[in-house]
Amino acid sequence: MDFTRRNILALGSGAFAVATFAGLPAYASKTDDAIAAFTGGAGVTDGGVVMTAPEIAENGNTVPVAVSAPGAVSIMVLATGNPTPAVATFNFGPLAGARSGSTRIRLAKTQDVIAIAKMEDGTFRRAGATVKVTIGGCGG
Amino acid sequence: MAKGVKPRVKVPKTAAAGDVITIKTLISHKMESGVRKDGDGNVIPRSIINRFVADFNGQNVIDVTLEPAISTNPYFQFDAVVPEAGEFKFTWYDDDGSVYETSKKIKIA
Amino acid sequence: MEFKTLLTSVAIIAFSAGVVSAQEDAILAIEGEVISTSAKAPAFADNLDTVYSGWLFRKNETRSLQTDDFDNPAFVFVDQGIDLFEKVDGTEGKACASCHEDVEDFAGLRPTMPRVEGGTLVTMENLVNECRTERMGAEPWKYSGGQMTSVTALIGLQSRGMSVNVAVDGDAAPFFDRGKDLYYQRVGQLDMACSNCHEDNYGTMIRADHLSQGNINGFPTYRLKNAKLNSAHARFKGCMSNIRATPFKEGGDEFKALELYLAARGNGLSVETPSVRN
Repeated sequence: MDFTRRNILALGSGAFAVATFAGLPAYASKTDDAIAAFTGGAGVTDGGVVMTAPEIAENGNTVPVAVSAPGAVSIMVLATGNPTPAVATFNFGPLAGARSGSTRIRLAKTQDVIAIAKMEDGTFRRAGATVKVTIGGCGG
Repeated sequence: MAKGVKPRVKVPKTAAAGDVITIKTLISHKMESGVRKDGDGNVIPRSIINRFVADFNGQNVIDVTLEPAISTNPYFQFDAVVPEAGEFKFTWYDDDGSVYETSKKIKIA
Repeated sequence: MEFKTLLTSVAIIAFSAGVVSAQEDAILAIEGEVISTSAKAPAFADNLDTVYSGWLFRKNETRSLQTDDFDNPAFVFVDQGIDLFEKVDGTEGKACASCHEDVEDFAGLRPTMPRVEGGTLVTMENLVNECRTERMGAEPWKYSGGQMTSVTALIGLQSRGMSVNVAVDGDAAPFFDRGKDLYYQRVGQLDMACSNCHEDNYGTMIRADHLSQGNINGFPTYRLKNAKLNSAHARFKGCMSNIRATPFKEGGDEFKALELYLAARGNGLSVETPSVRN
């Protein structure tokens, strides 16, 4: 195809438009849906829960994370940039020694990982951490 | 039963009554996420451990719902209260219906 | 070639070659026992002063996984290795354990492998398959497959903390020389040799990877990348593919010679099998 200036401008602006649209956090609504399903639509306030995750993940396949929320009945972890945000939900029983848990998760790319805690008093709390997921240089 | 699935757990052998102990658990499982494709471009169907439960003497310690974003060989670390001597029971539930179990006794020091 | 020049200039712009990073004084304690992660470079490696374990080049979270045998994800495969070691297999109705009653007796083997036997260079994988085919009447295992890596990890673990000490003289000399040639030989579309990254540029970043010296004292290693144990030859194959070269055969003469040379470059480092890397 012969690229005239007109073609290139048209292509360029089209691509720009697509890029802008794609620039919106594509999975934001999925995350919101997941939170709404967990909270039943109730409001979520910041704090009261701690989300521990590395600043830079050596490999997105295995990222160690920990959540902790004293007084929580359960804590849901969401990876806002994954194809599906749901990661895990920790439900604490009567013999839980602490309202906390650690695990290893898969992150598709750099994103915010958030924890939503359902407290004993029925309120919901939230915390998040940004994890940079790198693509290796020469991973073999 | 998925192939080669094997649990490992780390529980202290003894504790004082009322102590809070840290437990680590792992189970070897591929955790096929359902987003990968095979050589022909067909999606490999999801097949994961979807739930992990730890009980002590019949009472629940923790009950975790797992999604495909949990890494291969799901690992969990959590704390448990040990009110008396007894047995921890750990159960993992697989998408394919299999149930994997292991248990560990603990004594009161 | 344009690409080579670009790569070289990128390397220069990045940190000066040979700088490990602030982590080089980090201490590796596995299950409470400290093992060394560096050693004086062997005399023949005239471009190096010190050899460093790959552990030092990884991020804190990755490094901490190796300090605890439960947290170390490789151990789920070591467990499988124990099962395989005890499993009867083959026409002779034997398991590894039938002759090798205690796997702990293998302490001291890993640091000396690969070694020359009867004029041939043999690797640990060769020894395992030789036992299987000659003494158990069993099918050989795939060189870098799950069964083989589980068992070589189990055997290597018995020597954890011991200093790597492969022979490079006498019968081993011709294989050592071949390995050395291969190490410095440019291959592939990117026209690169092992030394370009691992000797000239260790410590720098290649995109998001922190380049190590490429020592193999921790193999087979659990890689976060594929969540399983990886043999040295599988890793060599991946590296060659990355520089767009046709990889040599796993278990073939070239990789065995290269394995000997690389093990020798790391003489003095501690065996860390099974290590955790990215």
